[in-house]
Amino acid sequence: MADREIMYRDALREAIDEEMAANAQVFIIGEGIAERGGSYKVTEGLLAKYGKKRVRDTPIAEAGMIGVGVGAAIAGARPIVEILYVDFAMLGMEMIVNQAAKFRLMTGGTGRVPFIMRTQGGTGGGVAAQHSQSLEALFYHIPGLKVVMPSTPYDAKGLLKYALRQDDPVMFLEHKHLYMTKGMVPEGEYVIEFGKADIKREGSDVTLIAWSNMVPRAMAAAAELAKDGISVEVVDPRTLSPLDTGTILASVAKTKRVVIVQEAVRRGGVASDIASIIQEQAFYDLDAPITIVAGLNTPIPFNLELEKASVPQVPDVVAAVRKVLHHDIPMAAE
Amino acid sequence: MAGKKEAAKSNVSREELLKYYREMLLIRRFEEKAGQLYGMGLIGGFCHLYIGQEAVVVGLEACTKEGDKRVTSYRDHGHMLACGMDANGVMAELTGREGGYSKGKGGSMHMFSRAKHFYGGHGIVGAQVPLGAGLAMADKYKGNDNVTFTYFGDGAANQGQVYETYNMAELWQLPVIFVIENNGYAMGTSVKRSTKSTTLFGRGLAYGIPGEQVDGMDVLAVKAAGEKAVAHCRAGNGPYILEMMTYRYRGHSMSDPAKYRTREEVEKMKAEKDAIEHVRDLLLTPGLASEEDLKAIDREIKDVVNASAEFAKESPEPSVSELYTDIYA
Repeated sequence: MADREIMYRDALREAIDEEMAANAQVFIIGEGIAERGGSYKVTEGLLAKYGKKRVRDTPIAEAGMIGVGVGAAIAGARPIVEILYVDFAMLGMEMIVNQAAKFRLMTGGTGRVPFIMRTQGGTGGGVAAQHSQSLEALFYHIPGLKVVMPSTPYDAKGLLKYALRQDDPVMFLEHKHLYMTKGMVPEGEYVIEFGKADIKREGSDVTLIAWSNMVPRAMAAAAELAKDGISVEVVDPRTLSPLDTGTILASVAKTKRVVIVQEAVRRGGVASDIASIIQEQAFYDLDAPITIVAGLNTPIPFNLELEKASVPQVPDVVAAVRKVLHHDIPMAAE
Repeated sequence: MAGKKEAAKSNVSREELLKYYREMLLIRRFEEKAGQLYGMGLIGGFCHLYIGQEAVVVGLEACTKEGDKRVTSYRDHGHMLACGMDANGVMAELTGREGGYSKGKGGSMHMFSRAKHFYGGHGIVGAQVPLGAGLAMADKYKGNDNVTFTYFGDGAANQGQVYETYNMAELWQLPVIFVIENNGYAMGTSVKRSTKSTTLFGRGLAYGIPGEQVDGMDVLAVKAAGEKAVAHCRAGNGPYILEMMTYRYRGHSMSDPAKYRTREEVEKMKAEKDAIEHVRDLLLTPGLASEEDLKAIDREIKDVVNASAEFAKESPEPSVSELYTDIYA
């Protein structure tokens, strides 16, 4: 069937719509998702199609709604709980970390929690310190949680459909800056399994690992570097947990040089963990130290220029690639 | 609830009414200007306007003494102006400039003033409620008679942390007034679509906290209820809940077209319940002030607001070197 160009938010809606049509156990709850169609319009039209029982507005009560979702999942339903901002998911961390993540183990594998928390994070347009965080590392740190961060409409749809067919708790982390971005998505049925990285651009000189909104920036950096004859391979893990180390290590074996880009603050981040995996498993493949381009270790400031300066931009990525290639010596201090 | 006639009969002085008129008008004109600057792209991010709810903070601020504290949500511009924070500093924070209360790093939702005992400015719905009880706990610990006004909305009233706080506040007899600004809508979800227990102050009774519903569009009713609550708290009787029945004229934020309510509903509130028009009537009808007197105040406020906008445009952008400041003590 033909591909069409659609927006990230439309791709997410299609995934939810198709899975709701296919499985009566799938329902969605969240703040303003039914009558208003969601703040980012992901759920627009679903109330009319599936009714109040399956598309339900909640009070502003994140701890409660996450807990209710986890409980429903334990009992065999397939709830999607939409949390408006990942920052607000902090109110539900008890249910996510102490309950959902551990239930399968604590029940000796007899209990499963097919709970999906859809939320969004990242900077975008000056929404300040409590609405701009990239918090994937918090979930990544917890055994038992799957962490998904799609960067394109195609990935968003395929990964969300897969999430709704597997049986573990999934932190499905979208990015506020990506909802309106467009990409090709097939009309027909497809799913993307977790733990399968995608090579977004093939290259031979350096491996650039990025996820979520850092993928478009990595792609822009790769295009700019190509003008100078530098061949960049962009690897998008798509799911951080499970992490496709095979694809990452194969790319490293080919290029010998690695730059990892994350929007989240550098300290204690996923990029550091990926770097540790690479150095442990592919140290002798490397021709240069692994470089991380990450958010500064600061809360996100409101002022737009400061906000921009606090997270990686395309020139930062370009500079880091040149640095690992010893292409632009002496390098600017970080 | 106190009605218009009842209020008119009360012995409120000309000076007091003019003070309320001036303070409420300042908030309204400031917010209108903020809306304009947002439309012009000079203010980014979120901007939650207080237009329609002015009587709540103005009436309650009239009950405060030096040392009393206040903390609120992200719909905070009115609270800051009412407690005497400088319009220039608030507007410059909205434009993200160095001259703003948080040096341009906090934005519309995150401003503070130690001098005015204003503790923010919080973006997570309901999170200021336990903080407010904590502020009151510190005062009780220190042994003074200060009171903390902890403002939150009808939406926040459904957050679990509010009830953990109620329990401790009453258990420990903390001097905190929980002010529920019930404007009818939690973002786009009406109170009735959020809860079956729609008399929000009543939930405090389960924890032993007295409270009442107040006409939050009537500044005199707000003031009267505020004085009662303050007396209760200052006397060491623990917390009190005031459920202010109010209304916001604008959307939840600047990006909300407010399709969840009818235009007629908004127009009816403006026509019949407007807090500023109410005080205007109380001044003009008995001849306590002339149209000319009020026009002079309008001009004065227009000047303050215009000056704040100019200041907010002229104040420099913060330096990139500010990225690493104010993170650790």
